[in-house]
Amino acid sequence: MQEYFYQLADFIIGHLTGEEQALCNFAAEDSDFVRFNHSAIRQAGTVAQRSLAVELVVGQRHAAGDISLCGDFGVDSQRARSLLDRLRAELPYLPEDPYLLHATEVQSSEHHGENRLPEERGMIVDAVLQAGQGRDLVGFYAAGGIHAGFANSSGQRNWFSTYTYSVDWSFYLSGDKAVKTADAGFMWNPHVFEHKVDTADQQLAALSRPAKTITPGRYRVYLAPSAVSEIMELLNWGGFGLKEQQTKQTPLIRMTQEGAELHPAVTLIENTRAGVAPNFQEDGFRKPDQVRLITHGRRADCLVSPRSAKEYGVATNGASSWEAAESIEMAAGELTQDKLLTQLDTGIYINNLWYLNYSDRAACRMTGMTRFATFWVENGEIQAPLNVMRFDESLYRMLGTNLVGITAERDYMLDPNTYHARSTGSSRLPGLLIDDFTLTL
Amino acid sequence: MEQPHEQIAERFRRIMPSVGFCSLRIVRERSESLAVRQDVLQPVSNGDDLGVMVTVIHQGGCGYAGTSDLTEAGLRRALEHAREWAQRSAACSVTDFSQVGFAHPQDEYETPVAIAWEAVSLADKIALLQQESARLKTDERIVDWEASLWHTQSDTLSITNGDAHIRQCCSYIVPMLSVTANAGTETHTRTFGGRGYCRQGGLEVLDQTGFYEAAPRLSTEAVQLLSAPDCPAGRMDVLLAPDQMMLQIHESIGHPLELDRILGDERNYAGTSFVRPDMFGTYQYGSELLNITFDPSRPEQYASYQFDDDGQPAQKEYLIRNGRLLRGLGGVVSQARLGLPGVANARATTWNRPTIDRMANLNLEPGQSAFSSMVGAIERGVYMKTNCSWSIDDSRNKFQFGCEWGQLIEDGKLTTVVKKPNYRGVSATFWRNLARVGNLDSYEVLGTPFCGKGEPNQVIRVGHAAPACVFSDVEVFGGEQE
Repeated sequence: MQEYFYQLADFIIGHLTGEEQALCNFAAEDSDFVRFNHSAIRQAGTVAQRSLAVELVVGQRHAAGDISLCGDFGVDSQRARSLLDRLRAELPYLPEDPYLLHATEVQSSEHHGENRLPEERGMIVDAVLQAGQGRDLVGFYAAGGIHAGFANSSGQRNWFSTYTYSVDWSFYLSGDKAVKTADAGFMWNPHVFEHKVDTADQQLAALSRPAKTITPGRYRVYLAPSAVSEIMELLNWGGFGLKEQQTKQTPLIRMTQEGAELHPAVTLIENTRAGVAPNFQEDGFRKPDQVRLITHGRRADCLVSPRSAKEYGVATNGASSWEAAESIEMAAGELTQDKLLTQLDTGIYINNLWYLNYSDRAACRMTGMTRFATFWVENGEIQAPLNVMRFDESLYRMLGTNLVGITAERDYMLDPNTYHARSTGSSRLPGLLIDDFTLTL
Repeated sequence: MEQPHEQIAERFRRIMPSVGFCSLRIVRERSESLAVRQDVLQPVSNGDDLGVMVTVIHQGGCGYAGTSDLTEAGLRRALEHAREWAQRSAACSVTDFSQVGFAHPQDEYETPVAIAWEAVSLADKIALLQQESARLKTDERIVDWEASLWHTQSDTLSITNGDAHIRQCCSYIVPMLSVTANAGTETHTRTFGGRGYCRQGGLEVLDQTGFYEAAPRLSTEAVQLLSAPDCPAGRMDVLLAPDQMMLQIHESIGHPLELDRILGDERNYAGTSFVRPDMFGTYQYGSELLNITFDPSRPEQYASYQFDDDGQPAQKEYLIRNGRLLRGLGGVVSQARLGLPGVANARATTWNRPTIDRMANLNLEPGQSAFSSMVGAIERGVYMKTNCSWSIDDSRNKFQFGCEWGQLIEDGKLTTVVKKPNYRGVSATFWRNLARVGNLDSYEVLGTPFCGKGEPNQVIRVGHAAPACVFSDVEVFGGEQE
């Protein structure tokens, strides 16, 4: 596949004339998708998709387009040629772009992930069906190769491929009472999966107790890493990019304008080196291994796309155009799992949050729901599952004044999202113990 | 209509296997996105995406394969994959797919277009956006502003081994304006209905939706919000504009009525529903003023079509009439699984995803109340426009929504502008407090390009038309108190 992309890129670059330059981006995946409901298969299939994006540049003018590829060089090269001709025809009608910035220093790279997925495609599917026996399992399996490439007329070539699987499932007890679990990685280990099934089963037993309903108010809560990931996902929506900061739309505006701080134990980094996403972006810039976003509670660096770099006169750090973290990591704390319930004492153990949004963006106040296994805890012991509750709370309290502790253990989570294509995002996050967490409905 | 679709279809017919059911859905989507931000043209992007989805039902199992490899070898591979998945799942599927009665119609549908996207030159479209962008920057406190247009032309051909042949060509326009004002840590953005004024059609949509008149109003309102007091807190009436009604309908009627959610398919991701199968026909979802239709027949609305992606003919149906729940949002597969009537709403984002139950056009039918009479009848309340925050639980019950702009209603009059208006409630009771439904004067045809659901995930176009509506006794509140 790498060779095919480079061949197409060479074809395009070979058809450039005069001062024309081209940037080519390639994306592909071969994925198996199986959806389960009530411990049976709801939908099962395979998707093979390849696409090529071409940007034609002459001076400060540029135009871009993308096409799907069929894999036949004769057909694909003609479609690429047609795209090139169309972009060439558009260029005279486009004004010069003052913020155009592409990599000029050649920084080629290759990352070839080893395919360690089971050869028999049904192996994991069968294991999931087996786990569902006698239970109400609903979930989703996705697996296969993901490929990305970059090439430009300066001779830079970058390649990335990875092979991952993800089983993301829930055991349902009744109604909305369920335990959600994920098992994802590069190499399927049936023992790890079985252990996760057993652990989920144990939590399911705790859900069988009569559910408790609490009144709105402020509660001491423990947010498990999967719940923290929902908060990070929302914060990542405009929280770390330079453009949002410069246009005063960042939800962290109180940090950038007034010097507001989070708890000194809070450190967030974009850790590309430890993630699974490609370390190059669509304009050809390489990403640094790490970008520090919040250091000891203080706002640190932004994610800076090439376009923002040019617009605001700073250096780019290889962020994509949407300036969002892809491999976010939060520093560990000192709370240990074995003392967690004791530390929580009386309050709520929240495994998952759901459907977060800003209720006051400038104050970084977020609202959302508890979901799946959420428990009422008294004197360090789980008492009952909790009916879903809405929270509405400011980040400055959650990760600031009301933060009691951060766990020493962190979960490494592969992003299971498959919008348009399978995600290569990931996160490494701890759990958080928080006082006076506001529940409203 | 171009020929490549027919050539691909013919290629497929040659290798169509002998199975119970087999279909091929060929989708080509060509798109262009133009945006001018702070009077600078943003990178212009074009897309031309072509691929196919093969579905096979064999021995009661169902399998699919999406591919952008349209050679005969590629189609053959896709068929093999789909057939393999059908076989593999035959003994362990949620239903016997061979019992689902798929239709095999032959017909065509095309969006009526008055001013084709291509009929206006690229330079003229850019000039138009430059002009609207400049009209947004009216004050030094405006720190960001943007005008954009997004056009997509989709061309779909579906065939089956039962000689179905459905060709549907749709033209989608998404006009957008956004203006952001700032003072200190106070930042407010006003938009042209989010992306709510998305429609099918050509560039005539810009006239129809008031795009050319919106910029000065939006920039004035953004600046106005900087000095506005916070929305008050308490229980009061709310008057929701169509560009908030759209979201209210979407989240707390549309999603809960999806039959695949009721069947549990979405429980691991998008969630379940508080609606149970036994509630259809008897449950009082809202007040008697509530009339909700699934209506794919409005040619200008964003998610109109003649057939869904499972080939079922689409027609207008009442889902809720006089407040009573009648019918859910489920295609032919969900209808067979549940034994309930549904609608033709099995849809896929594009060629690389299988069909699932989606909303399409879900509308609140207009009532009798003039806008002025609705305001006049409110003693204490808030008028809210344009959604900017949405959150609801996985059963689609406990919601909290926020709007860009609010205005107090006191003693029957619109008075002080307020910032950060939010409200929360519970779907199962909220719609019973629907007190007034606007007439055609406040009725607007809106929608969104971004409804997310499904595993694998799919984002799809939906339409929502509604008038302004009044709800009584709602919990309202504002922003963070210092």
